[in-house]
Order: sequence, then C-alpha cells, then structure tokens
Amino acid sequence: MSAARRLLLALGLLSVALVAVAVVSLFVGSAGLSAPAVLRALTGRAGAESIESVVTLQLRLPRVVAAVLAGGALAVAGVAFQGLTRNPLAEPAVLGVSSGAAFGVILAQIFGLGLSVLQALGVAVFAFAGALLAAAAVYLIAAVPGGLSIQTLLLSGVIVGIFFTSAITVLISIVDFNRLGGVVHWLLGNLAPIPPASLALFALLALAGFWLVLGSARELNLLALGEEAAVQLGVDAARLKRRVFVAAALLTGTVVAFTGPIGFVGLVVPHMLRGVLGQDNRLLVPTALVGGGIFLLVADTLARNVVAPAELSVGVITSFCGAPFFVYLLRTRYRASL
Amino acid sequence: MTALVEFDEVSFAYPAPERRREGDFSLAGVSFAIEAGDVFGVIGPNSAGKTTLLRLLTRVVAPTGGEVRLDGRPVRRLAHAELARQIAVVPQDTPRPFPFSVEQLVLMGRFPHAPGRFFETGEDRAVARAAMAATGVLDLAALPLEQLSGGERQRAMLARALAQQPRLLVLDEPTAHLDLRYQAETAALLQRVNAERGMTVLLVSHDLDLAAEVCDRLLLLGRGRVACVGAPAEVLQRDVLEEVFGCAVVVDVHPTSGRPVIHVAWPPSPARRS
Repeated sequence: MSAARRLLLALGLLSVALVAVAVVSLFVGSAGLSAPAVLRALTGRAGAESIESVVTLQLRLPRVVAAVLAGGALAVAGVAFQGLTRNPLAEPAVLGVSSGAAFGVILAQIFGLGLSVLQALGVAVFAFAGALLAAAAVYLIAAVPGGLSIQTLLLSGVIVGIFFTSAITVLISIVDFNRLGGVVHWLLGNLAPIPPASLALFALLALAGFWLVLGSARELNLLALGEEAAVQLGVDAARLKRRVFVAAALLTGTVVAFTGPIGFVGLVVPHMLRGVLGQDNRLLVPTALVGGGIFLLVADTLARNVVAPAELSVGVITSFCGAPFFVYLLRTRYRASL
Repeated sequence: MTALVEFDEVSFAYPAPERRREGDFSLAGVSFAIEAGDVFGVIGPNSAGKTTLLRLLTRVVAPTGGEVRLDGRPVRRLAHAELARQIAVVPQDTPRPFPFSVEQLVLMGRFPHAPGRFFETGEDRAVARAAMAATGVLDLAALPLEQLSGGERQRAMLARALAQQPRLLVLDEPTAHLDLRYQAETAALLQRVNAERGMTVLLVSHDLDLAAEVCDRLLLLGRGRVACVGAPAEVLQRDVLEEVFGCAVVVDVHPTSGRPVIHVAWPPSPARRS
C-alpha cells in the first residue's frame, strides 16, 4: 500500500475513534446527568440556563475541545523534537521545554495577564518565549561537533527542566500567592474550561505549529540520515531546523499557556504510532494530531471521573502512563544506542 | 569543453580547532578537474583532506578561497536541491536512530527532483525500484535498514544514490567495511554504472588498490595539497607515495589486471630474523 493510502486509512480509523471517545467524554461526569439530558443540551432542546446545558455546553464541551487540541499539539511537538534532535526519546517535557514555557506563563501572570483573549495571547507569547529559551539552552548544552548524543541531550533536558522549575518556585515564593490563583493545580496540567474566544486562539496557534511541522515532514525524514546527508540530498538543513524548532516551541508554549505543562504525551503517542505506521514523518505528524487528541481526551475523562466528585490533574494521569513507558523504551528498544 | 567538476585554487580551513579532530584537514590551493564520463579517484593518507574536498563539492561547507565549479557554474550559486540532482553521495555509513525501510531510504533519493511535493509519485517509485534492482536489494525493500548486513546496507545506499539520477556519483570509502566479495561486487557495480549509464564517478578512498583498479585518473592528496594528478600508473609511483605517506612501499603489478598494486615495505621483524 502506498504511503498516501496508509495515511488516509489511519486517519480515517483514528477520526472514528476520536469521535467515539469525545461522545463518551460528553456523556460521563461527576454531575451525573442522564444520557437523554445530555442529548437535549447538545441538540439545543434544553433551556440555556438549565443544568444540563451549563454542564454539557459550558463545562464539558470546551474541556473536550481543549483536551483534543492540547493532546494533538503535544504529540506533534513530540514528533517534531524527535525528528529535529534525531533522538527517539525527545519530548517537550523530557527536554525541559515545557518547564521553560511554564516559567514564561508564571511571569506573564505576575505582570497581571489574565483570561481575556488579548491577555491570553500575551500569556501565549510569554510561554512561547520561555519554550524557545529552554529549547535553545538544551540545544547549546548538548550540541557537540558531529551531532547530539541521546544521553547528553536527555541530561541537558533534565538540567534545564530543573533550573526552570526552581525559577518557578522562586517566583511563586516572592509573589503574593493569591495573585497566582490555582497555580499548583495548573502546574500539573489542568484542563479547566476555557472561554470560546480563547479556545479559538488556542486552536489557531496549535494549527499554525502543526502546519509548519507537517510542511517539514518529508525533509525531517531526510534529516534522520544526518545533517550532512540531508544537505547532500537537497535539504536546506539550517532552514529546516529553524522552522521545526520554532514550530515545536510554538506548539509546546501554546499548550502550556492554555492548559499547563502536561508531560509525556509527545513520547507515548508518537511511539505507539511508530509501532504501527513505521518511521515516515509524513504519516506520523497528521496521525499524531488526532492520536494525541484521543490520548489526552481519554486521560482527562479518567482524571475527571476516577476520584469523582473531586478530580485529578490530567498531567498526573499522563505521567503515570508516560514514565513507565519512557523506562520501557530506554531499557528495551534504545538500549543499544545508549 | 568545460570539465564537469573543477576545483580552482580552492582553500579551506575549519573555523574551530576541535573540528580538526574528526580528521578533516584544511585544504590549500587545490586545483584539479574531473571530465564527464571519467572514473576519478581521490586518494591520500588519513586527514589529507579527502572528506573536506567532498564536503566542499557538495556545498556542506564553503571554501575560504578559490572556487568549486560544476559544469562551469560555481556550486555556491546552486540551490541544495539543484546540486543534489547533479551529484549523489554514497556516505561511509549512515546514523540510524529511526529504523526506516530500504524502500523508504531509496525513495529519499527522489527528494531533490520535487522538493515541494509531499508524497512521491508512481514514477518516483518506479525509479526507486529500478535502482534497487540494479544494486540487488529489491528483495530487501521492506526490511528495516538495521536488519541488513554491512554489504547489503552499502548496496541500499548506492540504490538511493542511483535513484537521485545524478550526473556525478560520489562514493566515500565504499569498501571500508566490506569483505573481499563485496569489494569485488562494488568495484564491478561502479564500472557498470559508469559504462552503461555514462555516469561520472568520484571515488574517495584510502584503498589504493581499489582506486588503481577502477579509476581512469587519480588525485593524490597530502596534507591538504595536491601531491600528484594523473593516470594511476603516473600517480602510484614509489617515490611519490613514500613522500606522501611517509613510509616505505613496494609498487607491484597486478598479475591479472596489469594495474598497479601497492604493498607496505614492512620493516623486517626481529623475531622472524633467524
């Protein structure tokens, strides 16, 4: 089967799965609404002020959309970082890029940026800058002539992550804690409902990052052969790396600005897809967008329901899945290259 | 008629001293030309500048002085994709962080022909299949590269280069990791590609015997300078080689091909002197 057909088939199956998971997610929750009640709200037959409308349309629906956007963006960022660094274990949180973005967000909140769309854009800009800063630091620490070694890159990521986490702690300590409402919950990844206009901004920024990575997918395949080989095959490697670097930082920064630093999505989802579809980034990038959405939506639905009426941070669920998965990859598949 | 490749007083120095540890010596005032249709060999000791010369030709690095020309045009004016349609490189080895299949690897050779396209066309796949057939890896098309032997991987890389349909095929140490049989096969394949497709071949190697066997002309590099250019019999002279390599050699004649064969003149070992 040609690559194009495989992509269409995979996207078709994943889309069906995404719709199914989204429906389930809309129908379950701690409010204990009955299925007909949710249906009434979805079809507009319930009053705008009724409980089922408020819960379904103002709480659950925005949360489903946010989970799909964040999961898709993080998984695409994972594929992008893996291609860029030629390191199968690279991922926004592992590389410390999420922590850099989180530092940017806290800084933005200290400057008083809040929830309106324009202010949300400001927060996203801070998060983007933080992500760029952290990614550049990791890259500069790990780069040696002849490329990036897997272990040096991971170590640099951990170091940069620790640094920014400490910087965040300093900020939280010196600033009046009440001004940073709910920051601890947010730091673990939190999909609290986002207003529609901000959600649209979220989608716009995430799609811009996705589009940049998708347009670079074929060249990323060639980059896997090494930078010199890629140049000799006609790739402008310097431009490609700049573009993917910016796109991956944009995706990470956007997700962190709107939902907090959620870890391991960029590792788990791309690797599950690699197992089925192989290594072609042209297949991985679009399927990661949908697959990441499914993964985070499932994780968030669990987070909302396993300890109801309280709820877990979604980042806790993804870390519980992702950390063992990371260890598994490290000990089995990539043992030889370490 | 202009030569296909022309180095005109090319000089190069790596900016940072740590780059030189990789064995890339600087070049100074290197001039030579490769005529279309030739099998041209670049030989010399380790760190003589062979790899640097290859990087200059493929625009991975830019010369600090002089000009590298392809078909009379400076390569610095050519886009990377344009250059990759003319020159294909078979590297020594390829890092393999992701297990791409042989067919995926060979299809990558089609990139410079339509860099803006997302998926390859049916024509691209036909060219790739023909290239895999030519190097005998068609049966391995679906296998990941890491499951291949050194010889098979070399042939897969060669198939990728052929899929580029270049005018100049560059091979960097093509027999470095190969046993005798694959060395013979590689030499035969090079000569076939040169004869049947009229492809110009540039062979970079420190295997003097292989170079003597397959090349029409040789360039001997020593410490970043041209020590000698010419037909194998002219270049592979005892005094020239001893000067460049810094050790005593014996130049012999191959019993069947009649080409030069180089041996190290081993110093007599005290243990064996009875």
